[in-house]
Amino acid sequence: MTDTTMRDFKSDPIVHTPSPSLPPPSSSVGVIGWMRRNLFSSPINTLLTVLGLYLIYLIVPPLFNWAFWNADLAGDSREFCDSGGACWVFVKIRLTQFLYGFYPEAERWRPNLAIGLGLVALVYCLIDGVPWRKWVALFLLVLYPFVTYFLLSGGVFDMPLVETSKWGGLLLTIVIAVTGIVFSFPIGILLALGRRSNMPVVRMLCVGFIEFVRAVPLISVLFMSLVILPLFLPEGVTFDQLLRALIGVTLFSAAYTAETVRGGLQAIPRGQYEAADAMGLSYWKSMRLIVLPQALKVVIPALVSGSIGLFKDTTLVLIIGLTDLLAMVQLAAADTGWIGYVKEGYVFAAALFFVFCFGMSRYSMYLERKLHTGHKR
Amino acid sequence: MSNVAEAGGTDQPQFTISSEVMVSMRGVHKWYGQFHVLKDINLTVNKGERIVICGPSGSGKSTLIRCINRLEEHQQGNIEVDGIELTNDVKKIDEVRREVGMVFQHFNLFPHLTVLENCALAPIWVRKMPRAEAEEIAMTYLDRVKIADQARKYPGQLSGGQQQRVAIARSLCMSPKIMLFDEPTSALDPEMIKEVLDVMVGLAEGGMTMACVTHEMGFARQVANRVIFMDGGEIIEENDPIEFFNNPRNERTQLFLSQILHH
Repeated sequence: MTDTTMRDFKSDPIVHTPSPSLPPPSSSVGVIGWMRRNLFSSPINTLLTVLGLYLIYLIVPPLFNWAFWNADLAGDSREFCDSGGACWVFVKIRLTQFLYGFYPEAERWRPNLAIGLGLVALVYCLIDGVPWRKWVALFLLVLYPFVTYFLLSGGVFDMPLVETSKWGGLLLTIVIAVTGIVFSFPIGILLALGRRSNMPVVRMLCVGFIEFVRAVPLISVLFMSLVILPLFLPEGVTFDQLLRALIGVTLFSAAYTAETVRGGLQAIPRGQYEAADAMGLSYWKSMRLIVLPQALKVVIPALVSGSIGLFKDTTLVLIIGLTDLLAMVQLAAADTGWIGYVKEGYVFAAALFFVFCFGMSRYSMYLERKLHTGHKR
Repeated sequence: MSNVAEAGGTDQPQFTISSEVMVSMRGVHKWYGQFHVLKDINLTVNKGERIVICGPSGSGKSTLIRCINRLEEHQQGNIEVDGIELTNDVKKIDEVRREVGMVFQHFNLFPHLTVLENCALAPIWVRKMPRAEAEEIAMTYLDRVKIADQARKYPGQLSGGQQQRVAIARSLCMSPKIMLFDEPTSALDPEMIKEVLDVMVGLAEGGMTMACVTHEMGFARQVANRVIFMDGGEIIEENDPIEFFNNPRNERTQLFLSQILHH
């Protein structure tokens, strides 16, 4: 087995020269090739292409005219909206309410600072190869929630107290969504691991929780946190309304995250667990170093879908009296001075939601590409 | 054991086998549900020994070596590895696993880590070694399996033979006292089998204690000092390779050998 010499064959070998690789024919590459393949590959596809172009012609120019060309932005009352297009004046004068709800004007630097700080730290963490990245991430995960809480609610360092009932608009949407996403993630992972545990009690508790929460709608979870939770609390103990919503949203989302993560765990071949075991890695180490990094990578699209869904589901908190972005738009629409301009408000809210959700979606695609490490075997 | 014999044969490298017992299995039974996979296995592997386990598929040979590092749990009997008995005690199990290297049929490299990270992982997290030192050791072993130039690549970018050599290097990084091989060449393209077997021969020459499940009879002839034939969950025949191949005693062994050697 160790000798590396060739065997002696009877005849001398014929030397094979590999054929050179030729470029593909020009009609199959470039713009022309792309159009041929994708737009005009058959008579039916050609027809569909023409039809599609006609539809775009029907829809896009009027929409563009409404939203931009004929729109009004100048002025401060409905009298300025006379061009026949969108009346962005309505959104303009309501903008601060859409963004902050009833947060006192003099204190708005606090949410600005909190969100700005979070954004800077987050963007910093997303860049590869910057120094102190680990520490910034640690700050973001451990310290930042407290910093944000004290900044927003105040009551310390001469900052006047701002009750959570005054928080609203986009600010509230972000607070609920970010809290829900960030806290549901670790809880979801633990639930997923618990569901696959060898310990029957742990497994049953996790299965019970997941199945129960998944079997009820988010609205009823929110109602339960509003109506039923106080029944279990001792007399005199009151729970902040927002905190209840946060707990409800987080637990709800955790159950879904758990099932998503479980899907990822099941996609990891048994050999990976065995190789980790055979090395003498403990359960938690093998989960952290071997299994979860792979499992989570597999389920990034599903996890981000869940986050996007959660971001949009935050609008449901309006039924328990919290005024998120959409609720603020609805409140503004009830203003008798602006009857008839509610669609601008909804378009604006939709645009904001789109920016956030589309951003998350694109980032997840980037992450998938970045974490791709060649073909699996 | 009867066959802690001198490594005979002219083309065999000279090996030293000590009388120190590395693995001892006494009266081991195992069931998968109702199915009795291992029936009264008695096997001792001394330090420096290289045993090859062969047999038809489903004969329990993989299960047997997977019991040695407790990837499979035995239900009856007694297994001791380097003096530590395998029980439900997780600490003892981890203690054994630290000293036992294992190479799998499907390599089981970690696809999300580079070759170097694959190798340095266990020394860092199990042996608590500083990263730089662990990577240095990893490079040494990667060099020994002649794949150091691929250290920064991911497993998915390597051929099967290269991956299996990395898997061997990964196990060696823990300086194991015994290496288990579970059909290490069965998933490889024919052209790549040799590069892996060469590495295994090199290991044997270096005095590593080895237990290999394999169908590579050439390897068994050259390297093993004892060949074990299993069928139906039992050890049917156990002999030194020359006797085993030239003069198999059991009818079942004769049939098996005539099946696999005749082509």
